[in-house]
Amino acid sequence: MKSLVPEFEAMRARFPEGFASSLVLPCLRRIQEERGFVADADIDELVTCLGVPRIQVEEALSFYTQFRRQPIGRWHVQVCHNVSCSMRGAETLLAHVQRKLGIAPGETTPDGRCTLTTVECLGSCGTAPALMVNDRYVENLTIRAVDDLLEELK
Amino acid sequence: MAGRQLLMTFPVTATSHALAEYRARGGYEALDKALRHMTPQQVTQEVTAAGLQGRGGASFPMGRKWAVVVPGDGQPHYLVANADEGEPGTFKDRWILENAPHLLIEGMVLAAYALDARHCFIYIRGEFDLPYRRVAAAIEEAYAGGYLGERICGTGFACDIIVYRGAGAYVAGEASGLLASLEGKKSYPRNRPPRLTVKGLYQRPTVVNNVESLSNVAGIIAHGAAAFRAVGTEKSPGTRLLSVSGHINRPGVYEVELGYPWRRFLDEDCGGITGGRTLKAVVPGGISSKVLTAADIENLRLSHEDLWSAGSTLGSGGMIVVAEGTCMVRLLQIMLRFYHHESCGQCTPCRHGTGWMHRIVDRIVAGEGRPEDIERLYFIAKYNDGTTICGLGDAAGYAASGMLDKFRDEFEYCIAHKRSRYEGRIECPTS
Repeated sequence: MKSLVPEFEAMRARFPEGFASSLVLPCLRRIQEERGFVADADIDELVTCLGVPRIQVEEALSFYTQFRRQPIGRWHVQVCHNVSCSMRGAETLLAHVQRKLGIAPGETTPDGRCTLTTVECLGSCGTAPALMVNDRYVENLTIRAVDDLLEELK
Repeated sequence: MAGRQLLMTFPVTATSHALAEYRARGGYEALDKALRHMTPQQVTQEVTAAGLQGRGGASFPMGRKWAVVVPGDGQPHYLVANADEGEPGTFKDRWILENAPHLLIEGMVLAAYALDARHCFIYIRGEFDLPYRRVAAAIEEAYAGGYLGERICGTGFACDIIVYRGAGAYVAGEASGLLASLEGKKSYPRNRPPRLTVKGLYQRPTVVNNVESLSNVAGIIAHGAAAFRAVGTEKSPGTRLLSVSGHINRPGVYEVELGYPWRRFLDEDCGGITGGRTLKAVVPGGISSKVLTAADIENLRLSHEDLWSAGSTLGSGGMIVVAEGTCMVRLLQIMLRFYHHESCGQCTPCRHGTGWMHRIVDRIVAGEGRPEDIERLYFIAKYNDGTTICGLGDAAGYAASGMLDKFRDEFEYCIAHKRSRYEGRIECPTS
């Protein structure tokens, strides 16, 4: 995390006086982008850097679904299975992805290529069914489009 | 086109979101006019006179929220745009963030002027990647163009906007939960009073407005409150962006003049029900609004008062269309799984109630429903209503009681026959 400290200081300068606590979420996001997850050592360093209580960082990490304490696969496939996506085939699609990857939601392929999770509403209901691959939205999915996508994810 | 339009007034192209094109459409003229010729109080008065109701879900009058904040009272004030769009079925703010970010920014600077707010924030849900990049780029453009920072439009007014990204929590869309999140904490909502406009972000007066609400401000200032009120109905002035999904031929975001006939909107503007099937039901404004049947909406207009009279709400504008042949028990199961997953766990009725209702509907779907389950669901919904800090617990109850009110026979069938009347089908056959 140390290499990110100058970036965090620049971020602090953009916020109003007294907003150091607000930096917890953006800093955790940047740490995760760099390392792939947030490690114990990152928490120690962030607490020192921002001067916030350690419990605040721990709570944020356990509360928000996007933060991870463990490494995951190279590609994080997140399939939406909320109402609108399910009404347009998300459940069939999810079952197909599970078969293709040979894993259940929450699992990673043994080669560390893909981690599969389900998510609740990505705001892609008009382009359903939809999923996310890492930061990218893939929408208007069909079984065939998913097959092509999984081929691409090496 | 569903009546007159105020926001979706230009063709979306690869560059229509950029500053140059926004200015060519008359963008930032309202801001220039207000900073030179209007007092902050006059801006608030104009927004109040326009009768703009909040577009995030609660439909609270925007001007009344603003009027609580006293400019020049010697303490910092903050303005926050709520772009944590997460209500299932809702994707209309995403349209603004991606296609008209300057409309939001101009509205925010006008609001900041009215509220005497030096610092503003856009809290955007963590999953939104393209919307974030579009908004961040637009803010850079606005700084370079003199619409943000010091000496805006060459006047003495100064304002900064910071984009803040969420990290995955539905409850952060609730205004007080959002502010907790913006303070870098878990997004636990908190009790009111004090209102957020009295003690909000870091205990300072804070206005939290929805993206679409703020995006209407520039138009109101440019053309006046009377022009805004000339659109829509008397009780629901203006337009609303509705995001339509589910079993509909042309899903997407539509701008609808309030008062527009509902069936006409679905049949003509949205191209009718998938596969030419019959309409069964509509979830009008996100899954937290109560479901209505095809018969319920037959003669309704799309206005706040029409929806309220039918016992539901336009809510967040997330309209989910359900075709005949769909299993409502399964739809409720998904809704309750969502609330169970998203309950923050702070209040007992919601923490336990959402999971309890979810488990009951799970077992009904599994063919293990018990005769007393329907009354049990009503009981839990009743004791979730009004007993929690935020509306999440209430909403889970409304979803359940709304479904039972309208489709009780399907639940009874499922319990009695140990299987769904519609074989648990929720996809609409397209052929």
